[in-house]
Amino acid sequence: MKRPEPVQVVKERRDKALRRLVEAVPYVQFMGIEFERHGDELTAVLPYRESLIGNPMLPALHGGATASFLEISAIIELSWQLLWEEMESPENKGLPVGDHLPRMPKTIDFTVDYLRAGLPRDAYARARVNRSGRRYASVHVEGWQDNRSRLFAQATGHFLMPERDAR
Amino acid sequence: MDDARKLKIAGQFVSALPFSRALGLELVSLEGNVCEMWMPYREELVGQPDTGVIAGGAVSALMDTCCGTAVLIHPEAVTGTATLDLRIDYMRPATVGKDIIARAECYHVTQSVAFVRATAHDGEGETPVATVAATFSVERRMPR
Repeated sequence: MKRPEPVQVVKERRDKALRRLVEAVPYVQFMGIEFERHGDELTAVLPYRESLIGNPMLPALHGGATASFLEISAIIELSWQLLWEEMESPENKGLPVGDHLPRMPKTIDFTVDYLRAGLPRDAYARARVNRSGRRYASVHVEGWQDNRSRLFAQATGHFLMPERDAR
Repeated sequence: MDDARKLKIAGQFVSALPFSRALGLELVSLEGNVCEMWMPYREELVGQPDTGVIAGGAVSALMDTCCGTAVLIHPEAVTGTATLDLRIDYMRPATVGKDIIARAECYHVTQSVAFVRATAHDGEGETPVATVAATFSVERRMPR
């Protein structure tokens, strides 16, 4: 029986792939969004910054900052699932994925439901891919701050998947 | 208040919102219940690294700000507002390097809800880059 890979090697490969995916997108850097990975599960983190505020009187996060955060979380989750499939497939196992930039899905529509004001705190989001076909995907995203069970916003979107073979 | 003065005050209001300022949003025009707003193309707003197309989230943020401003300038003297929901349809990728102009119309206001629709253009062809349907909360000054 083949020995399993050392955990450090596996982690390094996965973290490197995630880093390359996230660092390639200028708008993710502009927003300051980070991703925490546990196995294949991602949690998006939006560290609080004053520049994310929309209403300085309350103060509350800008609705557009919240929408941006949730949409990025959905797109990265979808891209990550594609990348994961490629990275962990039996024929690629143990090999780092190629150096090409992963192609990103394109948003078709995105609907944000604002449940309560975003506080001047870090925000978190987790996306769930409800359906992912060859051409279309449907994704739901939940956003929260201090308390996981009190969402401040949620969203649903449809995405056009990148063509698999075009590289 | 004349239109030029109203535009100036609303323009100052928009540029006082930190996230709008970070995106470089500028108020273009106000008329009744219609607001136009401009977002300059910048490389740090790119969402598709292989093509250079601007991020959907940046367009959403422009549309949200433009819609919210359309609610605030509505003749029925709305004093405060917040987004309840916003649906955006991306009809085509924005042209790389082109600025985007949003136009929002607050077409109906009830005691507590404002209904808004908006389109975003990059000046190329007839088809908009995106369209939006949104609802906003309405705060009014209490009658004395």
